[in-house]
Amino acid sequence: MTMLGKDLLGLAGLSREQITGILDVAEPLKEISERTIKKVPTLRGMTVVNLFFEPSTRTRISFEFAEKRMSADTVNVATAVSSVSKGETLVDTARNLEAMRIDMVVVRHPGSGAARFLAERIESNVINAGDGTCEHPTQGLLDLLTLRDKLGSLEGRRICIVGDVLHSRVARSNIWGLQAMGAEVAVCGPRSLLPGAIREMGVQVFDRIEAAIDWAEALNVLRLQLERMEFGYIPSLREYNRVFGVTRARLERAPRDLLILHPGPMNRGVEIDSDVADGPHSVILQQVTNGVAVRMAVLYLLAGNKASLAEVAKTGGAT
Amino acid sequence: MSAPLLLKGGRLVDPSQGMDAVGDLLLVDGKVSAVGGTIAGPEGARTIDCAGLVVAPGMIDVHVHLREPGREDVETVASGAHAAAAGGFSAVCAMPNTKPVTDNQATVGFVKRQGEAAGFARVYPYGAISVGQQGEMLAEFGEMVGAGAVAVSDDGKPVENSHLMRTALEYAQTFGIPVVEHCEVMALAHGGSMHEGLISAKLGLKGIPGEAEEIDVIRCILLAKLTGGHIHLCHLSTKGSVDLVRWGKDQGVNVTAEVCSHHISLTEAAVEGYNTNAKMNPPLRTPQDVAALQQGLKDGTIDLLVTDHAPHHYDEKEREFADAPNGIVGLETALGVNVTWLLEPGILTLGQLVDRMACRPAKVFHLPGGTLAKGSIADVTVFDATREWTVDPARFKSKGRNTPYGGRTLKGRAIRTIVGGRIVHELDG
Repeated sequence: MTMLGKDLLGLAGLSREQITGILDVAEPLKEISERTIKKVPTLRGMTVVNLFFEPSTRTRISFEFAEKRMSADTVNVATAVSSVSKGETLVDTARNLEAMRIDMVVVRHPGSGAARFLAERIESNVINAGDGTCEHPTQGLLDLLTLRDKLGSLEGRRICIVGDVLHSRVARSNIWGLQAMGAEVAVCGPRSLLPGAIREMGVQVFDRIEAAIDWAEALNVLRLQLERMEFGYIPSLREYNRVFGVTRARLERAPRDLLILHPGPMNRGVEIDSDVADGPHSVILQQVTNGVAVRMAVLYLLAGNKASLAEVAKTGGAT
Repeated sequence: MSAPLLLKGGRLVDPSQGMDAVGDLLLVDGKVSAVGGTIAGPEGARTIDCAGLVVAPGMIDVHVHLREPGREDVETVASGAHAAAAGGFSAVCAMPNTKPVTDNQATVGFVKRQGEAAGFARVYPYGAISVGQQGEMLAEFGEMVGAGAVAVSDDGKPVENSHLMRTALEYAQTFGIPVVEHCEVMALAHGGSMHEGLISAKLGLKGIPGEAEEIDVIRCILLAKLTGGHIHLCHLSTKGSVDLVRWGKDQGVNVTAEVCSHHISLTEAAVEGYNTNAKMNPPLRTPQDVAALQQGLKDGTIDLLVTDHAPHHYDEKEREFADAPNGIVGLETALGVNVTWLLEPGILTLGQLVDRMACRPAKVFHLPGGTLAKGSIADVTVFDATREWTVDPARFKSKGRNTPYGGRTLKGRAIRTIVGGRIVHELDG
């Protein structure tokens, strides 16, 4: 059994065994979502709060499906309706929720380190659903699961992350996760959107998307946040697309077929062209499908650290 | 007037007069009456055995934030001056970023009077360079100096307008005070919250490159060169800054510089785990920077040590890293940190340490003290350079508890602090 700690805060520091363990647990859980009755009683009686301090559609819904398909009771708290807007601090909000006897918090927050901050201060399990520009571990895991589905072992596989790595928590979780799995990781993007220390992170850098495509077996194309242009990191979306856009013409010159991943939501015509996003080598929707399974696995594994719940999990809730 | 004090048998370390010898020190009527050798106390003198202890000129911290007026919940002039005394400081210079800003004679006078009323360490107010620290109009240096200001600074808000900085450097010469700059190009720091490098990239925190400081360092040096004014550079944090100040001094520019105890002891690694008590501006840098700062202090490029004592409320630090305020308290740990990281490894001699914490601050800021010469004010720090102690923030005299040294064992602790011949702090007593 894979041992995670109390929380899943990031992929940095997780071993290959731990990550493989999560993916192996996720694998059979995929099937639950294919059933007519998409529900197992594994987490029956467990309360999960989805605490979102940032707008999110797909991650929140994916978590909510994962929780509900495992029979957990879920509550969604979004900033607009929470007391955070009344000046309550992150930790007070969480402690108040915890006082209502919850079991897990799935947290999305604009501050790097916020999930860890929370995890150190409450007893409930904390799952990081994206903290600032630090990590988005379940996204990293679903990317790994999708790549594993297609490529088999990730050992020695060449994966290139394309775009705004500087501001991307998805990129960081991918880098740590892929490296742990033995893959070779590269990034490609404008230098103004790459961390200065990127090479020290053990990552190769391509300045030309053509060279990246020539090298890679899979591209993980990041969403270009449109406000990056306003803050002067790049001159225009038009130029971005012309220099770094993943286009069919560029992919057709590649020596092999490349898998195309994208964490969504996509800016079609900016970082990725529609005929690539919708093309035969795109696994973007499989990523979304796998997201539910991976999140079910994480919920299950973290719940397993609680003796009572482990018992429930074993008996399938038939107590 | 308190009774005469006779400090017996301590190691008298006073670089201002090249003194390092075991001997006695007699303080009478707020002045040094006799120093060195064996002294017989006058009638009614209180004799204090200082065997095994260092007896030095009172230490002076020229960079503290005492928060009054405005944030008396986090520190007052009295609590800050008490903390200073407890840390071995006989005097501090209080930065003007109060609410309202100390940019006029009334507020300067208020801070000074609060210090006198408290009766711990002496409190010398700074005045702001610009009205409201807004970087637009010069504040009234003349009146502020008349009310007791010893220097001007917009600390925390760099003077972005080079013409204003030039004018300040010129105008300040009229009153013989240093212009003190927190060196930072804000546009380049761009809202960063730690040193820019591998650790910031890993933590997903926006970094501040050293160049954000260095560009302002060289600008200030060049403006001091242009004007002949005295620029004092706050809390240098990078090797590049040390190199630039060294160049400036070689050119004969009237530039002086300070370094904080945390910048010579800690690196950016202290931020890992999102420790908000390792968040300060300028940020903790790399081991190479720390080594260069230590070296700069040793060779005199950096003139003096400060704390940048910056108390914050617990709730303000107990939050997400990027949103937490900058700064840590330092008055009660500085001596221990400096002994542990500078004296113990042999980077500074005891004489150099006393020089950088007592003599130079007095000299650079034209303050009384910084010497035990006969006739000078009776400000004295008695400390044990070998005493080990564990930092317990709950026991601080400061209202601030925001320190990265909590739980650490430090070597070196103030035993007595004497201001004007009066004992204002006595450990275990």
